[in-house]
Amino acid sequence: MTTTVPNPSGKAALRGRILRLAASVTTPLLPDDYLDMVAPLRSGADLRGRILAVRPETADAATLVIRPGRDWRGHTPGQYVRLGVDVDGVRQWRAYSVTSAPARRGAPISVTVKAIPDGVVSNHLVRRTRPGTLVQLDQAQGDFVLPGRPPARVLFVTAGSGVTPVMGMLRAGAPGDADVVVVHSAPTPADVIFGAELRDLAARGAIRLVERHTDTDGLLTVADLDRLVPDHLDRETWACGPLGLLDALEAHWTAAGHGDRLHTERFRPTVISPGEGGTVTFARSGVTVDADGATPLLDAGENAGVLMPSGCRMGICFGCVLPLRQGAVRDLRNGELTTAVPGDGVRIQTCVSAAAGPCDIDH
Amino acid sequence: MTVIQNKPDNPIAHLSAEDIETIGRELDAIRERVVASRGERDAAYIRRVISTQRKLEIGSRVVLLFSLFPPAWIVGTAGLTVAKILENMEVGHNVLHGQWDWMRDPKIHSTTWEWDHVSPAEQWKHSHNELHHTYTNVLGKDNDLGYGIMRVDEDQRWHPFHLGQPLWNFINACFFEYGIAAYDLELGRNLRKGRHKKPEFRARARAVGRKIRRQVLKDYIVHPLLSGPSFLHTLAATFTANLLRNLWSHSVIMCGHFPEGVETFSRRSIEGETRGEWYLRQMLGSANISGSRLMHIMTGNLSFQIEHHLFPDLPSNRYQEIAPEVRALFDRYGLKYTTGSLPRQVFSAWKKVVRLSLPNRKAPRRVDDRPAPALAASGV
Ligand code: FES
Repeated sequence: MTTTVPNPSGKAALRGRILRLAASVTTPLLPDDYLDMVAPLRSGADLRGRILAVRPETADAATLVIRPGRDWRGHTPGQYVRLGVDVDGVRQWRAYSVTSAPARRGAPISVTVKAIPDGVVSNHLVRRTRPGTLVQLDQAQGDFVLPGRPPARVLFVTAGSGVTPVMGMLRAGAPGDADVVVVHSAPTPADVIFGAELRDLAARGAIRLVERHTDTDGLLTVADLDRLVPDHLDRETWACGPLGLLDALEAHWTAAGHGDRLHTERFRPTVISPGEGGTVTFARSGVTVDADGATPLLDAGENAGVLMPSGCRMGICFGCVLPLRQGAVRDLRNGELTTAVPGDGVRIQTCVSAAAGPCDIDH
Repeated sequence: MTVIQNKPDNPIAHLSAEDIETIGRELDAIRERVVASRGERDAAYIRRVISTQRKLEIGSRVVLLFSLFPPAWIVGTAGLTVAKILENMEVGHNVLHGQWDWMRDPKIHSTTWEWDHVSPAEQWKHSHNELHHTYTNVLGKDNDLGYGIMRVDEDQRWHPFHLGQPLWNFINACFFEYGIAAYDLELGRNLRKGRHKKPEFRARARAVGRKIRRQVLKDYIVHPLLSGPSFLHTLAATFTANLLRNLWSHSVIMCGHFPEGVETFSRRSIEGETRGEWYLRQMLGSANISGSRLMHIMTGNLSFQIEHHLFPDLPSNRYQEIAPEVRALFDRYGLKYTTGSLPRQVFSAWKKVVRLSLPNRKAPRRVDDRPAPALAASGV
C-alpha cells in the first residue's frame, strides 16, 4: 500500500488489521461469535432485537416493544419487519407490521401480533414470550406505504390485525391534514385492536372511524362500502385484512376502473397447501421436474440430470442437505411436513424428503 | 474371533428374519418418539454447552497470557484442554452429524459449522458420517477399523508392518487430529496409487493445509506471542492441551468399536441389507462406556456409542435417556450390549491392538469366502 491518506482509511486499515489478528486467535470461530455473547445488538452483528415489553392489546393480541440492533435502518409507516423467533427450539420467521411511528435511531420499535388459531408463532409471541428474549430481525420492507405527498382524501379498509400497518401510518401523524376515513371490522368492540386509540383519534376529529362488528353486523362486504363511505372510489385507498376481503375489494375497484387507487397488503403471499408430489425447481441448475410424493428429491434431481450432493442416501450422513427456498416437503420416514417461504432458509435432507407441493430448491 | 460368521456360536443365529425386522420397527419407534419431543429444552442444552465452552476457552487463553506463573500455567492448560475436548466431542462431532439442524439456527448447523481440528469439517463429514456410519464395521469398507494402519480383526490379513502397531497406535493417539486429517484424505492410498496429482485430491489436500496453517498459527504463534514473556510457557500449554485432547478423544473413539465383544462384518453380508439388518449391524458393531454424567458430556455422549450408531442424528443429550430402552431391547432379543468402564474398555481395545500385531494362531480365512451372517440368519 502506498496510499498516504491518513484518515479514515488509516483507521479502517488498522481496524482491519486488528480484526484479522483477532480472527487468527478465534479461528475456526470469528471474533463475532464471541462478541455475540456479550453484545448481540452491537453494530456489525447480525440484525437482532431484544424484547423490552409485551403489552396485551385485546384478549388475543399483544404489542411487542423491541429494541433493535444498532444497524436497524428504521422504517416507513406501513412497512413490515420479519421476525425470527425460536419456538420450541425451532427458528421460525414471520412478518409483522411495525406499529410504532418512526423515531430517532436506537429507539424501540413495536409490532402488534394477533394470535391466530393454531398459529405456532403468533400464539407463542402473544402468550409465552417474556421480556429479555432475543429475536432475529430483517430490515423493514414492503411498499404498503403512503406516497411522499399524501392525497387529499384517504380511505383505510382494515379487518382484524389488518389494522396494524395502518396504525403505524396514523401514529406517524400521516397523512397530514387529509380527509381520512378508517373502516375497520372486528368481531366485537372488545376485539378491536387499538380500539381506544382509534376512537380517540375519531373524537379529536383526526379521522372518521367506521367500526363494524361482524358478530352483530355480519362480514364487511363491498356493497356495505357504498353505504358507509359513498365516495370510496374517489379516495386513495389502503386495505389490509383477510384474503377474501382483499380479493373482493380488488375486483370492485378494478371493475370501476380505479384499480390503481387501491393498495393492498397480503400477509401470506404464497399459500402453501401441502399435498402429494409437485413441481420441483432446482433454481441454480435451471431444471424443473415433476416429482411424485414417494420419490426422494435427491432421486428426482439426479433423474433430471442435476448433479446433486449426496452420501449415504438413507438419512444419516447429512451430505445431501440443501436449502428449500419455498414450498413444502414431506419426510419419507415419518410423514412430517416442512414448509418454507422465501427468507426462511430451511435446509432439508433431499435423500429422505419428497415434494409435498411445488418446491424450489436452491441448487 | 470377532467376526460373527466365524464364531461357533453365531450371536444372531437365534433370530428369524421377522425378529430382525421387528427390532428395526421398535428402534424406529424410539427414534420417532425422540424426534417428536425435540424442543426448547434440547435447544437450551446445546446453546448452554456452546456458551460454556466458549467462555472456558477464552478464560483459559486469558489466564495463559500469564503462564509464566506456574499456577496460571496449570489452570490455563487444564481449562484449555477441557474446552478443546468439549469443542470436539459434545459440540463439533454432534453438530456435524446434523443433530441440531432441526433448530434451523444457521449458526449451529451441520452445513456451516467449522471445528477446532485440522481436518476441515466438510472432509470429515464425508469420511465419518458417510463412510463410517453407513458401513460401520464392514471390513474393507469402514476404514475406522484400524484407520488403515492397524489390524484390529483376526480376519484382516497379517503383515509384518503390523508388528509395530502398538507404537503406531500410540503415535496416532498423540497426534490424533492429524491422523484423522490424513485418514479423511485417504493419504496412504492416494499416495500409493499415485493419485496425489489429481486436481480433486490436490484441492482437498490444500484445504487441509490451510486448516493446519490456521490452527498452528493460533495455537503456536499468535497466542504465545500475545503472552509476551510467557511465550514459551503458553506454547507448551497449548501443545499440552492439544496432546491431552488428542489422547482423550482417541481413547473414547477406540472404545466405540475396538473392545472385545464388538462384531465385524464381511462386505458380502451387507448386500441388499434391510433396515432391520442395518440396525442389527450397528447394535453389534458398537460398544458403550459406563460412567457419570460429566464423563458422558466429556465424551460427547459417545459413551453411548450404540445409541449414537443407531440414531446418529438424534440430539446427543437424549442418548442417555433412551439407553435403558435400547438395552432392554438387546436383552429381549438375547443380544450382547457391550459396555464397561472407561479403563476397562481402553484396556480391552489396547489388548486387541497388541494381540493382533502378531499373526493369528490359526490361519485366517479369506474375508470374502465367508457366508454372509445377516443374510444367512434371515434365511435369504
Ligand atoms: S445422503 Fe446421507 S443424509 Fe442424505
